[in-house]
Amino acid sequence: MHFLFEKRQSISRGALVLVPVISFFVSLILGGILLAVSGADPFATYAAMARGAFGSWRNFSETLVKAIPLMLTGLGVSIAFKMQFWNIGAEGQLTLGGVVAAWVALFVSQGLPETMVLPAALLLGMAAGALWAGIPAVLKAYIGVDETLTTLMLNYVAILLSEHLYYGPWRDPNGYGFPGSAQFPVSAWLPRLGNTRAHLGLIFALIAATLLWFIFNRTRWGFELRIIGENKTAARYLGIQIARNIVLALLLSGALSGLAGACEVTAISRRMQQGLSIGYGYTAIIVAWMAQLNPFAVPFVAILMAALLVGGDQVQIMMGLPSAVGTVLQGMILFPMLAGTLFTEYRLRIITPRKSASLEPSTQEVSQ
Amino acid sequence: MTAEETLKTPILEMHGITKHFPGVLANDQVDLQLYPGEILALLGENGAGKSTLMNILVGLYRPDKGEIFVRGQRVEIDSPRDAAALGIGMIHQNFMLVPTMTVAENIILGVQDLPFVPNMEEVCRRVRELSERYNLQVDPDAYIWQLSVGEQQRVEILKLVYRGAEILILDEPTAVLTPQESQELARILKVMLTEGKSAIFITHKMEEVMEFSDWVRVLRQGKLVAIEKTAETSPQELAQMMVGREVLFHLEKQACVPGAEVLELRNVASNDDKGLPALKGVSLTICGGEVLGIAGVAGNGQRELAEVVTGLRKVTQGEVLIRGKAMTNKSPLEVIREGVSYIPADRIGVGVVGNMAVADNLVMKGYRQAPLGEGGVLHPRQILAFARQLIEAFRIATPTPQTRIKFLSGGNIQKAILAREIDACHGLIVAAYPSRGLDVGATEAVRKLLLKQRDDGKAVMLISEDLEELFSVADRILVLFEGQVMGVVPAAEADTESLGLMMAGIRQAS
Amino acid sequence: MIDLLTSILTITLRAGTSLVSATVGEIYTERSGILNLGLEGMMLMGALSAFVTAYYTGSTWLAVLVAILVGGAMAAIHAFLTVTMRANQVVSGLSLTLFGSGLASFLGQRLGPPENNGYLVGLVGPKFSAITIPVLSDLPVLGALFRQDILTYIIYLFVPLAWFYLYKTRNGLNLRAVGEDPQTADAMGIDVFKTRYLYTILGGMLVSLGGAHLSLAYTPGWAENITGGRGWIVVALVIFAMWNPARAILGAILFGGINAVQFRLQAGGTNIPAAFLNMMPYLVTILVLVAITWWEALSKRIGAPAALSKSYMREEK
Repeated sequence: MHFLFEKRQSISRGALVLVPVISFFVSLILGGILLAVSGADPFATYAAMARGAFGSWRNFSETLVKAIPLMLTGLGVSIAFKMQFWNIGAEGQLTLGGVVAAWVALFVSQGLPETMVLPAALLLGMAAGALWAGIPAVLKAYIGVDETLTTLMLNYVAILLSEHLYYGPWRDPNGYGFPGSAQFPVSAWLPRLGNTRAHLGLIFALIAATLLWFIFNRTRWGFELRIIGENKTAARYLGIQIARNIVLALLLSGALSGLAGACEVTAISRRMQQGLSIGYGYTAIIVAWMAQLNPFAVPFVAILMAALLVGGDQVQIMMGLPSAVGTVLQGMILFPMLAGTLFTEYRLRIITPRKSASLEPSTQEVSQ
Repeated sequence: MTAEETLKTPILEMHGITKHFPGVLANDQVDLQLYPGEILALLGENGAGKSTLMNILVGLYRPDKGEIFVRGQRVEIDSPRDAAALGIGMIHQNFMLVPTMTVAENIILGVQDLPFVPNMEEVCRRVRELSERYNLQVDPDAYIWQLSVGEQQRVEILKLVYRGAEILILDEPTAVLTPQESQELARILKVMLTEGKSAIFITHKMEEVMEFSDWVRVLRQGKLVAIEKTAETSPQELAQMMVGREVLFHLEKQACVPGAEVLELRNVASNDDKGLPALKGVSLTICGGEVLGIAGVAGNGQRELAEVVTGLRKVTQGEVLIRGKAMTNKSPLEVIREGVSYIPADRIGVGVVGNMAVADNLVMKGYRQAPLGEGGVLHPRQILAFARQLIEAFRIATPTPQTRIKFLSGGNIQKAILAREIDACHGLIVAAYPSRGLDVGATEAVRKLLLKQRDDGKAVMLISEDLEELFSVADRILVLFEGQVMGVVPAAEADTESLGLMMAGIRQAS
Repeated sequence: MIDLLTSILTITLRAGTSLVSATVGEIYTERSGILNLGLEGMMLMGALSAFVTAYYTGSTWLAVLVAILVGGAMAAIHAFLTVTMRANQVVSGLSLTLFGSGLASFLGQRLGPPENNGYLVGLVGPKFSAITIPVLSDLPVLGALFRQDILTYIIYLFVPLAWFYLYKTRNGLNLRAVGEDPQTADAMGIDVFKTRYLYTILGGMLVSLGGAHLSLAYTPGWAENITGGRGWIVVALVIFAMWNPARAILGAILFGGINAVQFRLQAGGTNIPAAFLNMMPYLVTILVLVAITWWEALSKRIGAPAALSKSYMREEK
């Protein structure tokens, strides 16, 4: 018996939807095994995680707080991945966006009309993210430098830079030696929703998702981007400018991550301090791939991934388990997803062994 | 066993071979016998199942049903390694050579009975020995990418004899050769047959069946339709069996009425991807209402010629003019705007975007203008209507306009490319190997479409390796050899012999 | 001055060990046509599993063995996803890194002894100490070669061995063919699937061994993110080495050297903020990549295996 993957005649829509859903449950099972092996009760852990993430309006709002940066970075990463540009630098783009927004809030705000402070912080944060993605994009598009490495290396640079600032020159002299800047002026605070910590970034993310869908499905530029992403040789042959479009798309990609960082500092911490990003930029990769690069699926997947993070924090508080439970589950979720994607285009055929005809009579048959 | 008995016992037999691919029955109950010292021709159109059958024999595919006997023994061939152990070797249509490795390294690739650390000097010595024996000159230390196509084929043959193959399978081996090189191949094969080897020769050309083979088996749509002794059949009979109906060898072609000059190349030079000169001072003109055929063995600058004209490749010297306008080193988009269309040789890799819908692929030239798009925004409804219109007009068989184009057959993909390019064209069409790999029906459709463009007053550059195609479609035939024009002859006066000499680099005194 | 040089070279070699092991490993993997970006995750898990084993059993050699097995198992996941399931190699590798980092962080807070609340951080375990070879180690500068730990000696031996294997043996020839042109390799009777599985797993083992060197010899003990992006730097080193193991040593020494200089400067006290010193390896990586890509484009040389990161399937119709 052996297996054979056989190409389908068309894309299986069913598999397209089922694969991510099944993947999520498979990763829960795998994670459960890991929990059980490490001496924890998987059912109790999952129940605690679910309660922690969705158990109350308050908890859900905390899940949203973590989902917002995941939505924005997830959308940013999706754009890049659609272009087959492996931008794994969302973490750095987010960080630099936060740094520049903080710079505006801390050092430029005095010279600006009050209503301009927040827009300036957000816009310049976006520009910073765009720049941080633009450097690898230019290097890739015009010279051909591997983008996975350059985007990743710039993450370390941005994070080290931000640490340097809040440990050093930006440190609040009245902060009792605590590493972190002074609090931003109120004019630089991004409004929160109701009495939760969830903020206007949610609206930005939903607008961004809609905008991206429109760009990719209804505009000439988006059409060209899709062609470039699928087949660069064909794009060149069709007269499409490849290098310039890759750079433009990556500026947009980085801008969304930069916006995520700007929102984080202006809405959540309201100062520059440690923990600006807890790996959102990396989780964004999972979000984008799970959503199959579909902008409308990104917000939902982002909420799910945020729930794992919030749930992880909860089990640490309530059960004394490491909060990394959430990250482990996130890390595992792509494996079944990657394995399953094949089934959207292929089906598995199992071939039973051919009848093992006895050699003797058949050889006689032909030797005549 | 006496000599006569040996002749009677097949060295190879295939029985009732059946192979499904999704949506296609590639082989349906096919039988085959091969006798030692003989050549069996496997004749059939593209897609008739010849290559599939042979890939089963070399262990690349598994049959769904059927049995194989080698030297009277029933065998299971599960991998190319099994096939090699049985003395079966194949020269594939696309050569199986690693370009970045040397000739000697390629020859010993995958060979089992070598020491862990092979003695390369010893290997080279044996290769030289074999190449002398069969008169196959090739340097064992040369890298494959440095070799011409003809030399690469010699490496393929050496590979088989080095491995001691007794049953040789050749998949359309003459496609990349000049007529003279093909005769050389025939000579080498004859030598091998006298040593008791035997061969299966896959082809869709009747002349080759007559020239090379002892027996011929004809496949049509996966089924075996005829077994003939070559000496007792005729090309006409074979052609009819292959296609299943009378074949029109000649297209209806109206007299050429050349109009104004559309394309002119003046002394154009250009480099290939490795930076080596590929075009060396090419000059040519094509007028409206005229088809200029470009003949030549693949790899003599055809690709670079097409790309220079379409703006995809920079020229290092000379000028390109379209309707008298200087277009030298203009971008592909600027060339497209001049009404130049291009049907690329690699239709899957270049011509379409496989993962996008048929409709999207059909508008990939027209999306820049109204009514499909305005002010950067596209109009999906107009796009769909436009696509439906082309699907209808060019008879593209697709389940829906939204189907991803990679799920279509090769012939329908080519029709979609033609539809898009012809619709967008107002002046010049560059067509590179437009009927390669298509069945007779689709080939005929493609050729008719090109002729219709000519009759509508467009200029057509037709690059082809099929002389018969050039004779029937082109008005004038230009022969390229090593990036130089060997001559231009009116199609009506051209003959295979003289074109063959020019393709081999021998200039005609005329 | 001589003493300073000797000391820098000593640290350079030691810092380069993990990079050499991982670079050689990834070269094997990529030569078969599989790009594995899971290095950072495998190195972290290698470091963690080695430290845990050494801590509880006291055997550093058993620790090395466990790390190798863990790396092989993780690479096997990647092989299954990319070879059998034909998944996107970039994304599969990234998820292996995310998974490995997450799991290492989880286990690092779980596998420690109860008196340490399950944490591994801050524990002291057995380690490989430097072996000083008498007389030779007293040589000026070159003495640095002779005061390394046993793992360093072994790992540096992999470099000539891998070079010989790749370019002089039958298996190496077949391996290179699979990475360059799997279709041809297949037709020539080489089992493409088996080859890709084998060298992806072997690569993972060597990468993980590099991680083990970190937690057993270079910076003994466990710390979250002990690798500090070394896995990623190795991906760059493979490009820098143009997929030739012999050149792997240059890159490893370059980056080991940066580590050593950084270390000396920080220890010696300097005005340059630590953050900027710490950025050096990452910035140098970018510069090196730009330089080598530029050079490749100018000289029209491509070092990458032609089929790198492309999945292969036979029966496509």
